[in-house]
Amino acid sequence: MLRDEDRIFTNLYGFQDFGLDAARKRGDWDNTAAILNNGREWIIENVKESGLRGRGGAGFSTGMKWSFMPKNVVDKPVYLVINADEGEPGTCKDRDILRHDPHKLIEGCLIAGFAIGASACYIYIRGEFYNEGSNVQRAIDEAYAAGLIGKNACGTGYSYDVFIHRGAGAYICGEETALIESIEGKKGQPRNKPPFPAQAGLYSCPTTVNNVESIAVVPTILRRGAGWFAGIGRPKNTGTKLFCISGHVNKPCNVEEEMGIPLRELIERHAGGVRGGWDNLLAIIPGGSSVPLMPKETCDTVLMDFDSLRDVRSGLGTAAVIVMDKSTDVVKAIARLSSFYAHESCGQCTPCREGTGWMSRIMQRMVSGNARVEEIDMLLQVTKQIEGHTICALGDAAAWPIQGLFRHFRPEVERRIQAYRNAAPLAAE
Amino acid sequence: MSAPASDHGHQEPTSFAFTQENLELAKRIIAKYPEGKQASACMPLLDVAQRQHGGWLPRVAMDAVAELLGMPRIRVYEVATFYTMYNKNPVGRHHIQVCTTTPCWLRGSDDIVHACKNKLGIGLGETTADGQFTLGEVECSGACVNAPVVQIGDDYYEDVAPEHIDGIVEALKRGETPKPGSQIGRRSSEPVGGPTTLAAFTTQADD
Repeated sequence: MLRDEDRIFTNLYGFQDFGLDAARKRGDWDNTAAILNNGREWIIENVKESGLRGRGGAGFSTGMKWSFMPKNVVDKPVYLVINADEGEPGTCKDRDILRHDPHKLIEGCLIAGFAIGASACYIYIRGEFYNEGSNVQRAIDEAYAAGLIGKNACGTGYSYDVFIHRGAGAYICGEETALIESIEGKKGQPRNKPPFPAQAGLYSCPTTVNNVESIAVVPTILRRGAGWFAGIGRPKNTGTKLFCISGHVNKPCNVEEEMGIPLRELIERHAGGVRGGWDNLLAIIPGGSSVPLMPKETCDTVLMDFDSLRDVRSGLGTAAVIVMDKSTDVVKAIARLSSFYAHESCGQCTPCREGTGWMSRIMQRMVSGNARVEEIDMLLQVTKQIEGHTICALGDAAAWPIQGLFRHFRPEVERRIQAYRNAAPLAAE
Repeated sequence: MSAPASDHGHQEPTSFAFTQENLELAKRIIAKYPEGKQASACMPLLDVAQRQHGGWLPRVAMDAVAELLGMPRIRVYEVATFYTMYNKNPVGRHHIQVCTTTPCWLRGSDDIVHACKNKLGIGLGETTADGQFTLGEVECSGACVNAPVVQIGDDYYEDVAPEHIDGIVEALKRGETPKPGSQIGRRSSEPVGGPTTLAAFTTQADD
């Protein structure tokens, strides 16, 4: 178990004030100038060495992402954009950073922006997080007033602005190019890549988009050393991580733990265990709604990190652990996700726009068993025709939960179809 | 020109003008974006317009935003119809939105929807006859460890049980703001009964 002294988000639960004075007492903004004075290369190298992988779901090396930014851009501005459009079902970790520890984020924005040569940062906060966004704005105002950001930030001669842009209810804006479109004042529809944002992002300028948690951990990593962070967790899966544990546990909660903690230990130590005991567990979605569920036998031993979960054909995603006990109608649980994706498809790519609706409608019938057994394979075929055939990953995210359901619970759906036909043989023909 | 007909039967107003105070606010919002990129202010200004207009956006308000930003009206309509938080039809004074996505559903959001329907006497997407309450269903609110979640206006009500609905609605009827956040006494996202971590940080930094 992670020791308290190795926890980064010491005000995760908001027992203390989120303002600047209290944040400073917790160690934020402690001689930030010294970090900046080490130079861009030093910052990027250290973040690479720490092994930090993006906390928004994809798990790409944060330092590597920064190193893709063009150097010595003189003819246009460079931007850092923070993805605070948290909306992946199961996920509510960034919310706690925004409302309880916003100075960690803003200090991270300054350091990351400096490392990529940015002149300004936009924090894109989902519209529903109205109060959370207000806390961030208050923290930004405090940081300006204290000379930490703005002209001559922290007395280093570097000028850097931080702004909030609020969303207005569109899951797709969590996709980085849709998010950029949204800041530009358009519908949030993802762009074709290339060009990647590092070449042409916000206002066609070089842009890096990072998740809230990825950026908020950076100041602590640089203060305590890349080796400290890299020493927590397992190789290639290092550091601490915020986990969100929801669903059928006795005490749902957010908690910061080490990467690679066994799933069972995470749930039993912090979330009060599965409702009715571990043996009452049916399945767990370990990384937000987009990743395939895992049956209990996998949950018994799996470790919570990128590579361990990939090895069992699921994923760490946002580390949002959705627990389902044996009372769960697992078909309905996944069908509800299918209707979520149908609702949230932006409509740009035909396979996703049409396919998410097809999948949702077929899944609704699977819940009651009002289907033919052959339709299971047809549905899986549809998921394959969507997966990998769209501009962004929403199509994949809609397909994977269904694939996961049938990988592990196909007999249950077949049983329902048979039961439905037995009950109403004529209607089923 | 007469007001455009609405397919929801409501009356569209024929004019909309930002208040002086909101015009000042609009200037400050536009200044957050680079020169020539004022279209970026489209979303925040639609929000300002909606708040000014009692929680929904008539077409004339979208037109006012277009004019202020020098955008073609159709571009503003595209934005206003793409994002779900812009209400294109009138809503009640209190907009009650129940999250029903899987993490909330696992914790009983069906019962919350049922309790709201019973208490208000309306269905999803409907508004009470007195114009006080609109009931809606939303996709993931992003507060899943405090499920089930009900958003009312700008506030989240968390760890909600069906028996909480009556008190919340009655308080709103009296013109009060019921205490947002956890309805079972949690501080925020810590485990019920208290954190399993960070014992030294459960008091103010000054203590």
